[in-house]
Amino acid sequence: MSKVLIVAEHSGNQLNQSTARCLSCAREIDPAGADVVVFGSNCGEVAHQAAALEGVARVLTVEREENQAALAAIIAPQLAVIAADHDYILGPSTTFGKDLMPRTAALLGVGQVSDLMAVTGPRQFQRPVYAGNAIVTVEVPEGLKVVATVRTASFKPAAEGGAASIVPNQVAAELPAHTRFIELRTGGGDARPDLQTARIVLSGGRGVGSGENFKLLFALADRIGAAVGASRAAVDAGFVPNDMQVGQTGKIIAPEVYFAFGISGAIQHLTGIKDAGLIVAVNKDPEASIFQVADIGLVADLFEVIPALDKKLG
Amino acid sequence: MGENREWNVKKIMVCLKRVVDYNVRIRLRPDGSGVVTDGVKMSVNPFDEIALEEALRIREGGSPVEILVVSIGPADCQQQLRTGLAMGADRALLIESDIQVEPLIAAKAILKVIEREQPDLVLLGKQAIDDDCNQTGQMLAALWQRPQATFASKLEIVDGRATVTREVDAGLEVINVDLPAVVTTDLRLNEPRYVKLPDIMKAKKKPLQTESLASLGIDLEPRIRVLKYEEPAPRQKGVMVADVDALVAALRDKGIFN
Repeated sequence: MSKVLIVAEHSGNQLNQSTARCLSCAREIDPAGADVVVFGSNCGEVAHQAAALEGVARVLTVEREENQAALAAIIAPQLAVIAADHDYILGPSTTFGKDLMPRTAALLGVGQVSDLMAVTGPRQFQRPVYAGNAIVTVEVPEGLKVVATVRTASFKPAAEGGAASIVPNQVAAELPAHTRFIELRTGGGDARPDLQTARIVLSGGRGVGSGENFKLLFALADRIGAAVGASRAAVDAGFVPNDMQVGQTGKIIAPEVYFAFGISGAIQHLTGIKDAGLIVAVNKDPEASIFQVADIGLVADLFEVIPALDKKLG
Repeated sequence: MGENREWNVKKIMVCLKRVVDYNVRIRLRPDGSGVVTDGVKMSVNPFDEIALEEALRIREGGSPVEILVVSIGPADCQQQLRTGLAMGADRALLIESDIQVEPLIAAKAILKVIEREQPDLVLLGKQAIDDDCNQTGQMLAALWQRPQATFASKLEIVDGRATVTREVDAGLEVINVDLPAVVTTDLRLNEPRYVKLPDIMKAKKKPLQTESLASLGIDLEPRIRVLKYEEPAPRQKGVMVADVDALVAALRDKGIFN
């Protein structure tokens, strides 16, 4: 019986890597390992992928028709039942986990540690606040279950090599009929990775000059498998849509490598990227504040640099 | 935008949190007990502002909707509620508290107000830009036993149901929920209007009611203790390179693009 329970995130047939990252966090809480619960209508494939991760004690599956789409209102009451015997319930800090875990915590009558980034004691954790401009250490009092979303960028994925048993579960929970899944629209068929999970992100700022010029970034991104983001200035100027905005009021991201092209580096932008593994800045203005946080800086015209990079990295 | 588009939505409740303005570079108190807020510009949480804007647009879509803005916090939160009234809300309620209110307590307090006010829709930001918790809407929906539609980038209400487009990691997810429901708003939903001076004057005459958090009779015991605030680890000093060749070499040196 593991102390820690992890909620698997998956697409129906593919386990999301965030689950393996949660597992690394779980093993810092309890090296003995963790249980993984898979909710779905047909969990077989995903359950096998979870069982193969090193450190998984058991894979619990909960199969029912209503679980096909991961709706928080449907999953949370079942998760609250499954979690009855666990002390720690972890989910990824992705939109899936952010939607589901607080609803579950409230059903269990406890709080939630959001974006858990480090385990500093059995019931003590660190998490970022103010878009990463401060780190708080929090403690969950004895006797209360710990519910947390795990900041996936802070933990490496657990290796494969496990052979956990898969245990089907029946959950007696009353499920609401008030919420219906309609559809999932995934980026109009283009294969460009998502901003929040991409290894590499290329972002453009006001210096890119126009929406048309953003095509340069898209071309380079597609060649190296990167996602494309933008500064608030570029969004406000109408070059690209809001959903590409990186920054405190946009998306807060932590890719392995972040390229900032023609971005001056306003505070609100920097707070959205400060957890990137490596920040590369290209700007004509040597005084741009982006250079103060960049690991590699190049004072140059982005319209010369991007095509050159395209040639050399392609 | 049919005439009867929101025939059934009569009252919308919007939650507004007072936070340090997003343009302010925060400073920590030397004893690590929190963030300096004295003399710092405070604003309505930007995501909550989007929630209020959406409520105003639903009203402007044709139906006579009453919009109530609610905040929890110290007496100074009246400033943010006045901003909400100036944007167009009809009345305001401050649940006054000088203690740190964690999301579960906020959800319980809001639920008390819901029980009294019976709104058809509760709108709030997906997260506050101070504690970045992203919990209150979901917790409220759980305790209220009603639907939640988080991270909304589009909201349409027809015949007592809301169709909500949600910004999820994989793209856009569309769900349909019965009302009443809790909807948490994402950045793309709308662009909030600017408040004009005459509206600020008008807002001074709108009703703003205050009651104490303690009077609601909910359990105020924190479920999570905040021990200390610290600066994040500083980044190592970077290097400047001379040209694209040197940039590519530096990237390869770091093990990227081998």
